[in-house]
Amino acid sequence: MSEVRLLVGTRKGAFVLTSDGKRERWDVSGPHFGGWEIYHLKGSPADPNRIYASQTSGWFGQIIQRSNDGGKTWEAAGNAFVYDGTPGTHQWYDGTPHPWEFKRVWHLEPSLTDPDTVYAGVEDAALFRSTDGARTWQELPGLRGHGSGRFWQPGAGGLGLHTILLDPANPSRMFIAISAAGAFRTDDGGATWQPINRGLRSEGIPNPTAEVGHCVHRIAMHRSRPNVLFMQKHWDVMRSDDAGESWHEVSGNLPTDFGFPIEVHAHEPDTVYVLPITSDSLHYPPDGKLRVYRSRTGGNEWEALTNGLPQHDCYVNVLRDAMAADSLESCGVYFGTTGGQVYASTNGGDNWAPLVRDLPAVLSVEVQTLPPRRSGGAA
Amino acid sequence: MIRIVLPAHLRTLAQVNDEVHIDLAGQVTQQSVLDALEARYPVLRGTIRDHVTHRRRPFLRFFACAEDLSHELPDSPLPEAVATGAEPFLVVGAMAGG
Repeated sequence: MSEVRLLVGTRKGAFVLTSDGKRERWDVSGPHFGGWEIYHLKGSPADPNRIYASQTSGWFGQIIQRSNDGGKTWEAAGNAFVYDGTPGTHQWYDGTPHPWEFKRVWHLEPSLTDPDTVYAGVEDAALFRSTDGARTWQELPGLRGHGSGRFWQPGAGGLGLHTILLDPANPSRMFIAISAAGAFRTDDGGATWQPINRGLRSEGIPNPTAEVGHCVHRIAMHRSRPNVLFMQKHWDVMRSDDAGESWHEVSGNLPTDFGFPIEVHAHEPDTVYVLPITSDSLHYPPDGKLRVYRSRTGGNEWEALTNGLPQHDCYVNVLRDAMAADSLESCGVYFGTTGGQVYASTNGGDNWAPLVRDLPAVLSVEVQTLPPRRSGGAA
Repeated sequence: MIRIVLPAHLRTLAQVNDEVHIDLAGQVTQQSVLDALEARYPVLRGTIRDHVTHRRRPFLRFFACAEDLSHELPDSPLPEAVATGAEPFLVVGAMAGG
């Protein structure tokens, strides 16, 4: 029977939750790196036992951890993220030029084919790549060097590169997103980039055709259809059918189209999940009801999923990297809250149950669907 | 022998339980002590000083002999008691809640 491994990053450490394919009983391991902020962990699709973790601290800076045994043991890898050349400036909150300064790694995205290759999205926004298992890191400077880079401005949460999507059909194509610069695409393996923000509308940006400046919160794709992208923007849920060349709004009947995560069902490319949050001023669910919304039509028509989720007095948030879907036959969907709960549905969102209730605030959730265990170790 | 006291999280990271002891030839300064510390424990690179500028991270301070040495020049000699091992060199994290 297949296994499922959940990688949970929190404000105070990492947790690894494992279960068999039934997903009824879960073993909880952790906290790993107790007391440190774990922004993100992700396993290599090419070698599921290879996991990378971003461990950060306001005191001690950035550490990258690497596991070769599915999260049982860890070793510190390289943590020197040095911008290419003279870093230059981006815009500060007050509009003045501000030097690029590395703060932390927000997101780690292992290569689809090589366990030793991994991308890191960092604050201040830049994309780094390691090809030696995270021992050394090199910036892909074409992104930050894009002509708009000096106009990028941080959102309230910082100038973070938080989304990295690798196109499974085209190794040279990659999508990234930055708060609050917008979305970008490369078609040449990261050498050059173009902004892909046409069709986005953001209150506060006077120019309706602004190339950059949009606060993209998250982008998701289904691996079978990489030209179709779904975006949760600061406000608005958006869809692109042409690899980001243009976007149209699919917020439809959502109670609010503000939110952070967005995820696609493992087997149904038009089934999309969001978690509406009241507003940019009120980072908790509307009416104290924690509701995942599911569209089976690729957007516009949404249904509330509430079975098993608290429907009163719930004032948690769900952050952008804190939702994931497994690829078992009956798709599992998972999300973690700032209240420390991790909820799971084993039937595509129809029913939910908490796996754990009292972790530190959850920053990220990733899931690995593992092949059946062979005798002598994980497959 | 130089004695170095690290904050708890850095002791965990370096996998040490107590004071770190290093031998140092030549002048004993913040820079030479931290260079030797990082050479012994490469995992500490970037956690006390910036990788590029080698400036002290903002929420860390250096103390020895009941004095705050955080703003001393990196190549200034440390007190004789640190150089002889009579007193430890303290790397201290700023206090903060949460």
